[in-house]
Amino acid sequence: MGCIMIFSGSEAAAKPRKLLMKGAEAIGEAAIRAGAKAYFCYPITPQTEVAEYLARRMPEVGGVFLQGESELAVANMLFGAAATGARVFTSTSSPGFSLMAEAMSYIAGAELPVVFINVMRCGPGLGGVLAAQSDYWQATRNSGHGDYRCPVLAPSSVQEAAELTLAAFELADRYRNPVIVLADGMIGQMMEPVMLEGLAAGEPVEKPWATQGCGGREPVVVKSLYLDPQVLERMNRRLAEKYAKMQTDEVQVELYNVRERHDLVVVAYGTMARICKTAIDRLGKEGLQVGLVRPITLFPFPVDAVHSAARHSAAGVVTVELSQGQMIDDVNLALGELGRSAFFGRSGGMVPTPDEVTRVFRDLVKRGAA
Amino acid sequence: MTGGEVVFSRPESLRRTPTHYCPGCTHGTAHRLVAEVLDELGIRERTVGVAPVGCAVFAYNYFNCDFLEAAHGRAPAFATGVKRVRPELIVFTYQGDGDLASIGLAEILHAANRGEKFTVVFVNNAIYGMTGGQMAPTTLPGQVTTTCPGGRDVEQVGYPLRVAELLATLRTPGYIARGSLHGPEAIVASKRLVRRAFEHQVAGTCFGLVELLSTCPTNWGLTPMAACQWVVDRMIPYYPLGELKRPESATGQVAS
Ligand SMILES: Cc1ncc(C[n+]2csc(CCOP(=O)(O)OP(=O)(O)O)c2C)c(N)n1
Ligand code: SF4
Repeated sequence: MGCIMIFSGSEAAAKPRKLLMKGAEAIGEAAIRAGAKAYFCYPITPQTEVAEYLARRMPEVGGVFLQGESELAVANMLFGAAATGARVFTSTSSPGFSLMAEAMSYIAGAELPVVFINVMRCGPGLGGVLAAQSDYWQATRNSGHGDYRCPVLAPSSVQEAAELTLAAFELADRYRNPVIVLADGMIGQMMEPVMLEGLAAGEPVEKPWATQGCGGREPVVVKSLYLDPQVLERMNRRLAEKYAKMQTDEVQVELYNVRERHDLVVVAYGTMARICKTAIDRLGKEGLQVGLVRPITLFPFPVDAVHSAARHSAAGVVTVELSQGQMIDDVNLALGELGRSAFFGRSGGMVPTPDEVTRVFRDLVKRGAA
Repeated sequence: MTGGEVVFSRPESLRRTPTHYCPGCTHGTAHRLVAEVLDELGIRERTVGVAPVGCAVFAYNYFNCDFLEAAHGRAPAFATGVKRVRPELIVFTYQGDGDLASIGLAEILHAANRGEKFTVVFVNNAIYGMTGGQMAPTTLPGQVTTTCPGGRDVEQVGYPLRVAELLATLRTPGYIARGSLHGPEAIVASKRLVRRAFEHQVAGTCFGLVELLSTCPTNWGLTPMAACQWVVDRMIPYYPLGELKRPESATGQVAS
């Protein structure tokens, strides 16, 4: 199957309402429904609620909950736990994710399925604890060393955070690869109605590589060291094929108000995309056609969706982020010969109001028409 | 068959692989002790080993059981992950002194303090072997290495870390012992310690760590025989042998 596109009009279809949950809790519960057997963590705002939720829930379902001594240790515990073949995960926020970079590289090299939830806060350094999208580069390129990539799923609602958490476990198993759910602090903290009923693990994937004791078979080794350069290059080429397959098969994107022709096309993800939708609805009432391309997978990036929406836009494309401009690199790569994207961004937890974004879009449309 | 009796053979827990360790290196001896214990306790088929970064990174080429290869110093975190998810497996890490006592000190300390029920084989050769003989946290005062060419200066870098003593102070029950691999008697005694540590894991009693004083003739610049003598003359006086802590002496006091 190719790219998954969600088409929605200005009046989004009403979702069935069931439970009122915080994003962090919905993520924790979705992981349990995905069959997660172990969760390792180290507290950090704004997602410690995931740990607090699972400290109660994991023992109830016979799973493992362990608070490690650091994110460094936690990520390395995940390697060991995943090597047994169990579904395992962690959640953290930006400074903690940086510490997990070492193990992510080893996990990618050893091809282990592990889910990392990163609820971004703003940096650099300790920065602040408020919502941000300033770790796009870190998540979509490599946080650790080496020639590897991870699928990055970016929810823009609590419901989607739950659904993408489940999807992350499925992808991780299918590709034998770490998968990142990249949320911002708003998604982690806000409460919304969620429907968890339909969420369940898919068919279990065979894991003949898992270290479970060699009784009845030859021993297996889970490792990432290949000192023979020819063997290592072969391994890297095989990994590259895996990442290329993700790029053809796993793209997910939402197209909101995307039509034949636009006054302006917006590219935004996560919380920022929701604010953009409000602005788009308002401008629609003024008779302006503004389309939104919302990447759900940041890697693989929805290159074709961005390019084709941008082809018929009077005022071109604007990328909107809670950062000083990171995803815009991917947008510009996708635009290619169509030119470059304009940019609007706030950071440091300064989430813009719909009014502010509406003004920015209106100005861009005016300038484009001039 | 003639009536000959086999009195010595390769343990089933070791593979038939030519060694990559230097002549006179006692890493191979440490491997053999662990393998004999896995055989004797009948646990090979449910054992998962964790290899370090160091000269023993290829431990999985020798051990005939499932293995993980850890990041430098993180073997105790890897082992924690395995053992927590699959408590019925027997899990051991095999780590050098740079790996365990320097970059991985937080991981070993917290694993021991949580009382993780796996076994650690800690090979202390007072130097970084694999990277070519740099100073380790365990390098002895005055000992010359490539990064302390004038000998370890305790005024600048402090005294060598006694890991077994450090871990023996923890209140959490554990089995902590130190043996040596410099000669036949010491090796036989060390085997008893390794076996006891694994027995504690099989019984589900406690965390276990056995430190083994080991030679690195290549980077010490000594012949294999002189290296064994150096263990006796220099290492044992600073790193005394014996059981430092047993699970029943859970007071944090060092057992004598
Ligand atoms: C993060 C990281 N830093 C440094 C290294 C380089 N390195 C490889 S082995 C080693 C030291 C190993 O010494 P030790 O643990 O004493 O084991 P030995 O080789 O003496 O058995 C170092 C520093 C590495 N592989 N990874
Ligand atoms: S360098 Fe030292 S520790 Fe490494 S194999 Fe040679 S003698 Fe053994």
